[in-house]
Amino acid sequence: MIFRPAFEILREIRERKISSSELVRATLGWAHSVEEKLHAFLTLEDEGALRRAEEIDRRLSKGEEMGPLAGLPVAVKDNICTKGVRTTCGSRILENFLPPYNATVVEKLEKAGAVIIGKTNCDEFAMGSSTENSAFLKTANPWDLRRVPGGSSGGSAASVSAYQAHLSLGSDTGGSVRQPASFCGLFGIKPTYGRVSRYGLVAFASSLDQIGAFARNVRDLALITEVISGHDPKDSTSLPEPVPFYSRELEVPPDRLRVGVPWDLLQEGLDSEVKEAFYKALKVLENSGFPIEEVSLPHASYGLPTYYLIAPAEASANLARYDGIRFGLRAGDKKDLISLYKETRGQGFGAEVKRRIMLGTFALSLGYRDAFYVKAQKVRTLIREDFERALRKVDLIALPTAPTLPFQMGEKVQDPLSMYMSDLYTIPISLAGLPAISVPTALEKGLPVGMQIVGPVLSESLIFRVSYLFEQKSGMHDLKPPILEDYCA
Amino acid sequence: MRKLTIGLEVHVQLKTRSKMFCSCPVEFKAEPNTLVCPVCLGLPGALPVLNRQAVEFTIAVALALHCEIQPCSQFHRKNYFYPDLPKGYQISQYDLPFSRNGYLMIETEAGEKKIGIQRVHMEEDTAKMIHGESISRTLGLGYSLVDFNRSGVPLLEIVSNPDISSPQEASLYLMELRSILRTLGVSSANMEEGALRCDVNISLDGGTRTEIKNLNSFHSVRKALEYEAKRQEEVLDRGEKMIQETRHYDERAGVTISMRAKEEAEDYRYFPEPDLVPLKVHPAWIEKVKSRMPELPEEKCQRYKSLGLFPAEAATIANNPELAAFFDSCLSLNAPGKEVANWLLSEVLKFLNSRNLSIADVPLTPEKLVEFLNLMKEGTISSKIGKTLIEEMLATGEEARAIIVRKGLAQISDPELIKKWAQEVLAQNPEQVKEYQQGKEQVFGFFVGKIMKLSGGKANPEVLNRILRELLSSS
Repeated sequence: MIFRPAFEILREIRERKISSSELVRATLGWAHSVEEKLHAFLTLEDEGALRRAEEIDRRLSKGEEMGPLAGLPVAVKDNICTKGVRTTCGSRILENFLPPYNATVVEKLEKAGAVIIGKTNCDEFAMGSSTENSAFLKTANPWDLRRVPGGSSGGSAASVSAYQAHLSLGSDTGGSVRQPASFCGLFGIKPTYGRVSRYGLVAFASSLDQIGAFARNVRDLALITEVISGHDPKDSTSLPEPVPFYSRELEVPPDRLRVGVPWDLLQEGLDSEVKEAFYKALKVLENSGFPIEEVSLPHASYGLPTYYLIAPAEASANLARYDGIRFGLRAGDKKDLISLYKETRGQGFGAEVKRRIMLGTFALSLGYRDAFYVKAQKVRTLIREDFERALRKVDLIALPTAPTLPFQMGEKVQDPLSMYMSDLYTIPISLAGLPAISVPTALEKGLPVGMQIVGPVLSESLIFRVSYLFEQKSGMHDLKPPILEDYCA
Repeated sequence: MRKLTIGLEVHVQLKTRSKMFCSCPVEFKAEPNTLVCPVCLGLPGALPVLNRQAVEFTIAVALALHCEIQPCSQFHRKNYFYPDLPKGYQISQYDLPFSRNGYLMIETEAGEKKIGIQRVHMEEDTAKMIHGESISRTLGLGYSLVDFNRSGVPLLEIVSNPDISSPQEASLYLMELRSILRTLGVSSANMEEGALRCDVNISLDGGTRTEIKNLNSFHSVRKALEYEAKRQEEVLDRGEKMIQETRHYDERAGVTISMRAKEEAEDYRYFPEPDLVPLKVHPAWIEKVKSRMPELPEEKCQRYKSLGLFPAEAATIANNPELAAFFDSCLSLNAPGKEVANWLLSEVLKFLNSRNLSIADVPLTPEKLVEFLNLMKEGTISSKIGKTLIEEMLATGEEARAIIVRKGLAQISDPELIKKWAQEVLAQNPEQVKEYQQGKEQVFGFFVGKIMKLSGGKANPEVLNRILRELLSSS
């Protein structure tokens, strides 16, 4: 039952054909056995999850009306606060941090009846594209254990891909849901900025961070997305618009939609296998009656440098609270304040986090601020306007998710710039605040490849329907990575 | 004499129900660290949400200070490390403040003076540090405690133009500001409790300025400015150059001490707070706040002057909220303002000041004072008796009419009776009558005094004057 789609399993739990306890027990058993090779989780909450599953079974047996995710095992990225459950952000500095409160999305998941089985590994403070920047574990890609699952939400992606959980939450600042979805053969959504509350998501770059989700098929993804979306009075940047039932609208066939492709952007740095897969995917759309048109995003090529000024600038302030005073790691001999700060932050943060704090501090400094931070903000506005203009001409934009296939562990970790390139096609969309779904389109050399379907602000319903149509035509859903065979055999 | 230039930067704690960005209550006497939540502790993942009441209080203050409220303002992060700053940045405002370009009028000896207000903006307060006894730093025996109850309390920063030209004026400015804040009911504005904190900038002859931080009483503000003016003068007199620096005022020693030079000033790396959307204030919102605002001291003063009060009289009443309320109640009972003011500012204030009381502490009510004034107008009592009467009313709260009856103080206006007394006095003093008739007008007063004495002070002076004149001209 752990290998079946969530929407089917949920129906059977509701009809009491199977119990949540059985499902959670089976899932945890499987998760633990795969974990020795995969390392997707930083914390597996066996006891808490089983207690919760039993409670849900009890309530179902009493005939109580339960939420849409009642009894389903869900994994949560370790940068989302869970009350009383360790939330490390993949960092030494929060190694023993127990949040005294739940993130809004966690509250929403619990209200919907989901069973949170554990916290997934990620790049430290969500900074990275391979999950190798975690201070604790290196997560493997279920399709090839020598390769990375992508990042920063690598643990969330790997766990769903390897059937350790039916669904998971990640966070996407510059591609951290979409790129690992592509690397692990999953559907991953980054909703419109402001669609999902950030309250309780440990901030990396506040103007870009957005919680998203992973699933193995579109219907499952739509289910969890409609649960976590919506206005939150605790997040001033969350949008007030009501949330449609994405999962109920999937079969409404989209009208004849014009799909825009920014060919200019795809000239450089794109692997031939990925390009090949992208062409094939476009063919599928075209054969479904969607005309493909060229669109121009003249400033999108400046996305990467723009992002690497704005995101670190915000991060440099967001990470100032890790000072050893109130929570988390406290190092130093406590003789004086400055050495307390230096030792705590020196020992607590990893190399990539330090690099970005320094970059951001520099970009905001007197004398450099105008040339870097202020200019980057202007370019961001131009990029946003490019997308607005393009999306008046076409209904959707299609792009590869990542420029390469999943790369080898250790391959890019010493070369930050080539690592940053992994988010080349996801970053411009983040800067524009638009919603995007990465859909698996093909297996090349036995490795999954993804494509992004991007729509205007708050067009989630539309991009879900297009993703669903694509999934139905391509059959690329509920994929089984090779790691399953290792264990099933 | 060198020209003194002073600018004030005042921080005001707003007494909103909850903090600036979370729902923790604003309260100053609670157990340390009991009024805290993830937001004001700066826990990972917490986000700020702006307090509507804090904005309304700020609108009221900006209006009272004649500032232009910006239709759209922006919060910024001010970055620095200190244990009292849980997030490592303070949410403040920078180049797009809430309001700008206002002024405040002060009443100096030389007349009214306008002090420009550069800006009024919002920010959050830091936590409160309590430093333990440090026996030896190197042995690590010192300690510091942090109380986060204050973290996130709403603050206003009110920055004046450098229009102030003496320590005396700085004091007047602060007092006027305090009076406005209290009238609006937005802050206790108590300096000793830290609800109103003041930094000053001071320079001589338009030269290099120094800043003195964290002055926490009116006395300190004046003393620190006086000291610093003198110090700067001495530096310049010696032919030395002033250094732009931040100084600290040592209250006990009464001197200012250098804290840090400009070169050491921190770079706060301001940037727009991405967790908050720009603050848009619609004109209708401003109108709504305006309609609920109480009358301000300055407006009161204008209104009182229009009733015929002298500027000093009007200002004294207008700047004393309790006295002004009393005065306004009298006006609403149709009492003549000028006369009410005469009594309030003479006999009543004399009584209150000598006992260190406020008008609210004594049993005299506006109704009783108005009745008293009516009795005077009717001629039941003379102003001479009025003085003793009002003292009694202030002390006991008894009504004027009751005291008059009890003590037989009513004024006598019966012309026959007064004529009899007058004739008696004139008959006894033929010499003086003769002098009067020869043109020595002053003797008139002599007769009035004698007749008054005969009446036991109760003769109606107007009637008395008329009758006496008649008798003298006919005799």
